[in-house]
Amino acid sequence: MSVSTHAQAPVWSPAKGRPGALARLFDYKPFLIFICLAPALGLLLVFLTYPLGLGVWLAFTDTQIGRGGEWVGLENFESLLQDRIFLNTVWWTVVYTFFATIGKFALGLWLALLLNHHIPFKSLIRAIILLPFIVPTVLSAIAFWWIYDPQFSIISYVLVDRLHWLDHYIDFLGTPWNARWSLIAANIWRGIPFVAITLLAGLQTISPSLYEAAMLDGASGWQRFRFITRPLLMPILAVVMTFSVLFTFTDFQLVYAITRGGPINATHLMATLAFQRGIPGAQLGEGAAIAVAMIPFLIFATVFSYFALGRRKWQQGSDND
Amino acid sequence: MTELAQIERNMDEVASLPREAMLPGDDSEVLSSESRWRRIVTIYVPLICFIVVLLFPFYWMGITAFKPNGELLNYKDNNPFWITSPTLDNIRKLLFETDYPRWLLTTMEVAAASTVLSLAASVLAAYAIERLRFRGSAYVGLGIYIAYLVPPSILFIPLATVVFQLGLFDTPFALILTYPTFLIPFCTWLLIGYFKSIPYELEECALIDGASRLQILRRITLPLAVPGLISAGIFAFTLSWNEFIYALAFISSSENKTVPVAILTELVQGDVYQWGALMAGSLLGSLPVAIFYSFFVEYYVSSLTGAVKE
Repeated sequence: MSVSTHAQAPVWSPAKGRPGALARLFDYKPFLIFICLAPALGLLLVFLTYPLGLGVWLAFTDTQIGRGGEWVGLENFESLLQDRIFLNTVWWTVVYTFFATIGKFALGLWLALLLNHHIPFKSLIRAIILLPFIVPTVLSAIAFWWIYDPQFSIISYVLVDRLHWLDHYIDFLGTPWNARWSLIAANIWRGIPFVAITLLAGLQTISPSLYEAAMLDGASGWQRFRFITRPLLMPILAVVMTFSVLFTFTDFQLVYAITRGGPINATHLMATLAFQRGIPGAQLGEGAAIAVAMIPFLIFATVFSYFALGRRKWQQGSDND
Repeated sequence: MTELAQIERNMDEVASLPREAMLPGDDSEVLSSESRWRRIVTIYVPLICFIVVLLFPFYWMGITAFKPNGELLNYKDNNPFWITSPTLDNIRKLLFETDYPRWLLTTMEVAAASTVLSLAASVLAAYAIERLRFRGSAYVGLGIYIAYLVPPSILFIPLATVVFQLGLFDTPFALILTYPTFLIPFCTWLLIGYFKSIPYELEECALIDGASRLQILRRITLPLAVPGLISAGIFAFTLSWNEFIYALAFISSSENKTVPVAILTELVQGDVYQWGALMAGSLLGSLPVAIFYSFFVEYYVSSLTGAVKE
């Protein structure tokens, strides 16, 4: 990205006489710092920090929509621990995150390695590949809903009527396990572009001379991947994975659009269950408790990111900031 | 951004390398046809599979949107992968018998307003953190980074009560003021990286010449940061266009809904789904953001990769 310095030659006329009080105020550094930070920090404090605290407080109350709540201590969490639907949801959220992340990174890394070759129309292909990431998730989820239709699924049509591999249409969203794998597949589809493009950027920072040196030493393709690509890609991979895990774990849109938690609550993620109980169910306190229960998992992911970032500095030398 | 320049350089180097250097085994005439086949099987075939799978839902969305109902639900007599008699019926129904144009307009307004608001706040914050360099600026930067890690899924319930108390419930302002919670951290982080790449000497010269800090920001730093502003703006616009959970929780009346929410809550009625209309709605809701993106692909990719690497 080249920065053109000649385009905007700074021209101004020096202020005539003494600058006004207002101008001097704006040159007073503490005041300027305050003015500059005020909009961003103000918005974040009112709409992020305060609600975060409020959410934790709500989790310990029995607040309902339209009725202020009272402090009930750990009652919400105690009743959630007895709640089979909630326990099932926690388990499924972890399983969903685990399999979706593995799928996304296996396929995304493969795609990034493919794109790292010298191929024609590379930037066009890169632009096309990002499409699933650009398009609103709910809208592509609706397309998946249609692809998973029990009667008119195009996948079933191909498998049954064209290839004759199966003799009946698959009920993708009708049984718990079918619905679960269908959701994981849709999540992987949506996640591949982000992983592939960010890992590709990481791959391109690896100097080709390393590969040339390895080839002169007779390293095989696998050895080059194992001893050059893998260690040099690890730092960025760790960061991308943290983000990916964070956003998969708190996923809402795909499940809400495709199954709404069904069949029989088998595919509720913690976020959709919190919404279900909190907003249409009007139990704000219980919904907040489910949301707060996600926080320990998120902290775990963030700490992981922190150490990964620390290791990156150590690996790449001190001039990296 | 120096890293991006590095990437570009590396890409050029890779492109300028002779084939032999890229591909071991290309060196002898006997092997060349075999290795070409190998190249096709190991690179082009998987790549084409990836592209087909990644694009198929959009193709399916597009083709369903233009299918008449008879063809849509009859796979025996028609090839489902193609349309024999395309129709604009679904689109017409969507535009004239539902509030779709209204939803589209609301979505656009909300996305544009929250993007402008977030960009303005982020530019000032990034400038203060990176260039005014006060004690504790690193901690403010870290705090903003951590704010990016707070997902909307754990915020929407308390935010709903905040929005309600402020009297913003069911108004576009509920979304315009809450979207910056995830846009500002991202944009600020991106712009800090961008401001870093602008030589500080330029500002020092201006200070010596007697410019005020605000003049420096307006006349020197901002014009040089335009590519960064465009990247952040595009990213913020697509993020707010795609936002779902806040729009679902904070808006209740049909005319104030955004496209993603409206399609799911207004067009899905009863047990018989109007797939044609649903797909037409999804297609029309995706197109503006896809077109917008196509104009600025490079900026988008650079902000995506830049944000992860900072």
